[in-house]
Amino acid sequence: MHQHEPNDWKKYVIVLFITSTIFISGLWISNYFNNKKVDQLKSIESSISLDLLSSETQFDLMGELSCKDVSTTVLSSSLNSLADKISYSENNIGTDNTDVITLKKNYSLLEIKDYLLMKQITQRCGQKSVFILYFYKNDSCDDCTKQGYVLTSLRETYPNLRVYSFDYNLDLSAINAMKSIYKVSDTLPALVINGKVYSGLQNVDDIVKAFPELQTIKVDTTTPTTTKSTTKTTTKTTTPTTPTAKTN
Amino acid sequence: MNTAYTIIFYVFSFISVYVQIFFLVTFLEKRKHIVHNPENLDLLSYPTVTVAVPCYNEEKTIDKTIKSLLSLDYPKDKIKIYIIDDGSTDNTWDVIQKFKDNPSVVLLRKENGGKHTAINMALEKTESEFFGCLDSDSMVHPQALKRILKYFERDPSTMAVAPSIIAYKPNSILQYAQSIEYDMSIYTKKMLGFMGGIHVTPGPFSIFRKKVFDDLGPYHKAHNTEDQEIALRMQEHGYKIDHCPDAYVYTITPDSVVKLYRQRQRWIYGFIKNLIDYRKLLFKKEYGTIALFTLPSGLVSLFGVIFLFANIVGNIIKFIYNKIIQIQTIGIHSVLSYHYKFDWFFLNTKAALLFSVILYILVIISVLIGRKMAEGKSGLTLSIFYFVIIYSVVAPFWILRAIYNAIISKESSWTFERRVIND
Repeated sequence: MHQHEPNDWKKYVIVLFITSTIFISGLWISNYFNNKKVDQLKSIESSISLDLLSSETQFDLMGELSCKDVSTTVLSSSLNSLADKISYSENNIGTDNTDVITLKKNYSLLEIKDYLLMKQITQRCGQKSVFILYFYKNDSCDDCTKQGYVLTSLRETYPNLRVYSFDYNLDLSAINAMKSIYKVSDTLPALVINGKVYSGLQNVDDIVKAFPELQTIKVDTTTPTTTKSTTKTTTKTTTPTTPTAKTN
Repeated sequence: MNTAYTIIFYVFSFISVYVQIFFLVTFLEKRKHIVHNPENLDLLSYPTVTVAVPCYNEEKTIDKTIKSLLSLDYPKDKIKIYIIDDGSTDNTWDVIQKFKDNPSVVLLRKENGGKHTAINMALEKTESEFFGCLDSDSMVHPQALKRILKYFERDPSTMAVAPSIIAYKPNSILQYAQSIEYDMSIYTKKMLGFMGGIHVTPGPFSIFRKKVFDDLGPYHKAHNTEDQEIALRMQEHGYKIDHCPDAYVYTITPDSVVKLYRQRQRWIYGFIKNLIDYRKLLFKKEYGTIALFTLPSGLVSLFGVIFLFANIVGNIIKFIYNKIIQIQTIGIHSVLSYHYKFDWFFLNTKAALLFSVILYILVIISVLIGRKMAEGKSGLTLSIFYFVIIYSVVAPFWILRAIYNAIISKESSWTFERRVIND
């Protein structure tokens, strides 16, 4: 008569314990690094906020200064870089993560403040400029992805073009106010270009034809109104081409 | 969708890590019991042994196989070698004629009927105490038989002993990759041996007490994987199977991806079909390790590989789709002018990645232990890299094909399989 080897239940349990420990440690380590990243983003936002305040103060003092001394381009590139990192965090930490949502709201507010400041600066300094407010949503919007590509491409061609992107579904009163001011419907993507609303996908040619002044700001990259021309690496990221967050 | 994917990924990773840790704990617990036999091993007695060599169109390799058997360090009057030509259409029969006068060799010829029929032909004729077979693409180490028989001598309850299969003279990247897999199998098989959970007694030189066949019957066709079926049948009846790590058998490995694909497709197909046939064993604690560990982990690994592969393919398709959309929207130049700036922030710290890394490390540890056990070599080798890359890419295809074939019950024939062997 043959018999099976008795089951080593103790070993099954020990291995389960070891494996669980590894997994819990893995989750903890991952969480630790994610928190570090969130902290880094908070720190960047805080730094941008400070820079914005500084620029605003500088702008208020402008009566005594020349336009070329207003340092805004560095600020924009910081915003661009932040956009990339927030978009990445949405993908990797989670779209429902409260920290990520808060970071995104802060980012949106910083964008609005930058937009208002830049509008004032360009008006006072007599710059020709084009501002684009871009409203997108993350879910079920293939045209938003395409619009992201279009805007990225435009930014590469026209480095001084300022594009501010907003998640249409982000529950933030300032964004709601902008939606209401510019009467942005939920037909997305939607662009507000120099105050005028365009719903649905706008391709590169449409935008260039509608705003011939873009050609002017292309030349403007060397004018003294901005301290330095923005570099290519930072231009791409103003428009979050890969926004995935569902931030309702 | 994303959450469901993450949960499935975690479940597969957890089980895979669990399996590897199980092997590792068993190794740490039993490593002192891994016997390394001396070069000149003596047995208390030398029982009679029959080795069957079934062959079909093996004119190129059969000579080496038989010569290796004749070189076994074992009394010649105690060993009988049955060479069964299973209706070869090449010169196999002529090639083996040179052994006809050897008193240890018996030549048999029959109509083609499949490998199991050839082995059973020898089984019917033998009166030996021990029986084994050797695939005609394999060669045995001169000490292999004595080392295996020592296991039977030490433990009368041992009913079969599997050898360590090593890739014979690998000389291509594909064969080096396979040699790593074989080395790893030596480790896992030995650990399964310790736990009583071996699920295959490989065609190349597994040795059985003849009583196994007297009690349980001869080989079955078993979806062209008779070596898996006999092991499962033995496990079902509580017959102990062990593994001898230093009983080396050298096997010629496929030298092309297509041949490897066909071979593995047959193996996986056989595993699935035999698993279905022996499904009553699954999760029944009275059947021991085979029921609670070996078969479930084998099944999970199949689906795990497919799941990961589907995910990778899905991501690639998504990437290509996005690039196409990008090109359609703003032109080809956008794809060509890619700027990348490194930032530590973008280093992936997802738990899923950490688990994948842990799993790869555990697999590499298995390979290293296997290499040490098989060849006495330690340290990393480029072959491990070949193994990980090639198997990650190609294995999902043969698994998918095997599952597909299992669903439609399409078997590859043994005769066809034989032609897989390298030219």
